[in-house]
Amino acid sequence: MDALAEARQATRRFGQITAVDAVSLSVRRGEILGLLGANGAGKTTLIRLLLGLLSPSRGVIRLFGEPVTIATRRRVGYVPQTLGLYAGLTVTENWNFTAAAFRTRRGGPLPGSIAAWRKDVVGDLPLGVQRQVAFAVALSHQPELLVLDEPTSGTGPLASARLWEGIREATDAGAGALVTTHNMEEAEQCDRLVIMADGKVVAEGTADEITAGRTVTGILARDWSGAFALLDAGGVAVELHGTVLRTGAPPALVAQLLSGAGIDATVETIPASLEEAFAAIVAAPDEVTALAAPATGQSPR
Amino acid sequence: MTWGLREVSVTRGRKQAIADVTVPVDPARITVLIGGDGAGKSTCLEVLAGLLEPCSGTVFRPPKELIGYVPATAGFYADLTVQENLDFSASAYRLSGREYTAKAAELLEKTGLGPARRRLGGQLSGGMQRKLAVGMALLHTPGLLILDEPTTGVDPLSRAELWRLISGAAAAGTAVAASTTYVNEAARAAWVVLLEAGKAAANASPAQILKDVPGALGTATGSARPTPLSWRRGASWRVWAPDGRLPDGTQPVRPDFEDAVVTATLASERGR
Repeated sequence: MDALAEARQATRRFGQITAVDAVSLSVRRGEILGLLGANGAGKTTLIRLLLGLLSPSRGVIRLFGEPVTIATRRRVGYVPQTLGLYAGLTVTENWNFTAAAFRTRRGGPLPGSIAAWRKDVVGDLPLGVQRQVAFAVALSHQPELLVLDEPTSGTGPLASARLWEGIREATDAGAGALVTTHNMEEAEQCDRLVIMADGKVVAEGTADEITAGRTVTGILARDWSGAFALLDAGGVAVELHGTVLRTGAPPALVAQLLSGAGIDATVETIPASLEEAFAAIVAAPDEVTALAAPATGQSPR
Repeated sequence: MTWGLREVSVTRGRKQAIADVTVPVDPARITVLIGGDGAGKSTCLEVLAGLLEPCSGTVFRPPKELIGYVPATAGFYADLTVQENLDFSASAYRLSGREYTAKAAELLEKTGLGPARRRLGGQLSGGMQRKLAVGMALLHTPGLLILDEPTTGVDPLSRAELWRLISGAAAAGTAVAASTTYVNEAARAAWVVLLEAGKAAANASPAQILKDVPGALGTATGSARPTPLSWRRGASWRVWAPDGRLPDGTQPVRPDFEDAVVTATLASERGR
């Protein structure tokens, strides 16, 4: 059995709203699957389906090849964005409480990564440490599947790298991990990515596969602020990188707008970052058309 | 530097929150403070905004009415509608009627908050709340815009919109100081201050920080950590050798900005 968690054509409706729409995906042993999407894309509902906290309106959900039960859920380690720790209890108390809830041996030794804070009340610890504690607690019952919601949100780059070391250690030992994130550096740490929009899977693959062949327009202008103001006012979504501008709008359109305003600039086609590829993928098709609107005389969105 | 902090230290209780930190902030430029929780980012920004007195060092800031400040939490009133929040901000800054109408219309359009004008601030999504707060701080066209983690926890599309708003202010001449935990947001800034345990672990342009990585960087595979100065990058390891001598079995790689930030943080941590 390779798929630890699996959704097959899973749909979940809330009244008139279809939060998850015929989604198929699987998390395999030893891999980290990243789940990306804007707010409201359906990520949280999908995770609740996979954890058995919601049942699908249609389709099939499997955990370890079986329907979700208390017994299968016990094999999952889940760290929500809110961490799921008791802020008023110490690290050791949180550790023992979880052990009792999962009926594993009480009072086992704390792992080295968090032992230094064993007597500290969780709520008094810095966020990065709280994340380490939540992660260690979620791993305490040796889960086969980890479900992590924004695992490094709010932590610095080095602390993030250390948390990821723990996640990799678990998957190297054979567990699988499903990670939701808004952070593209974090997404690049994953083995495979699934991008959701409007409840559907709109892209799937490694970060390299998702960015492959996608380009943006780079603009180098001495008067970068003038170029930014002009394009921004023209409804072109521009990003500022130092003093270089980047946009998903086509180079011909950009060059035309800039020369029309007498702004001297080098306009070139450059490979898109994962963040830019993500934005292009989840943008509605009519939004792509709207970018070209100033050239055709229609008003931009 | 036009605005900013020079060798500023702040002690909170018995704890030194920041030590000898310099943060240059110049017109039409974005300075980004990056670091984890507790690194000192908020303290720096509070000192810059004039909300906190430094124990030592010099602070350069324009008069209060030329500062726009968005704290890490809120920055708007949850019980007021979007429109009421903007109205309130305008009266606080004593904007004239005509000035306000034009600016508010522009901001509502740029933030995409127009259709949500009558909704209560507290009922907006996280991304919309941050856009409202930044919009309120931009209403009086500040010379110095100070933003404490404007994009933390915000989804990528709203984050791009927020940065467009912030970049637009910089392009129009505003000096911007913003904090973040996202490396790619720092990589886009004109100047970066990397904070670690209250100290500046790096203080330069992103290109310079990248050039300044000492020694050699390599990549290695396998599940065992190759050296103490190694960290995970995807399925492989990054191995940093400050003396330039990479162990056998590592392939040299050219560092990217994320690597540069991690090596500078490690170097600072080792120096403590």
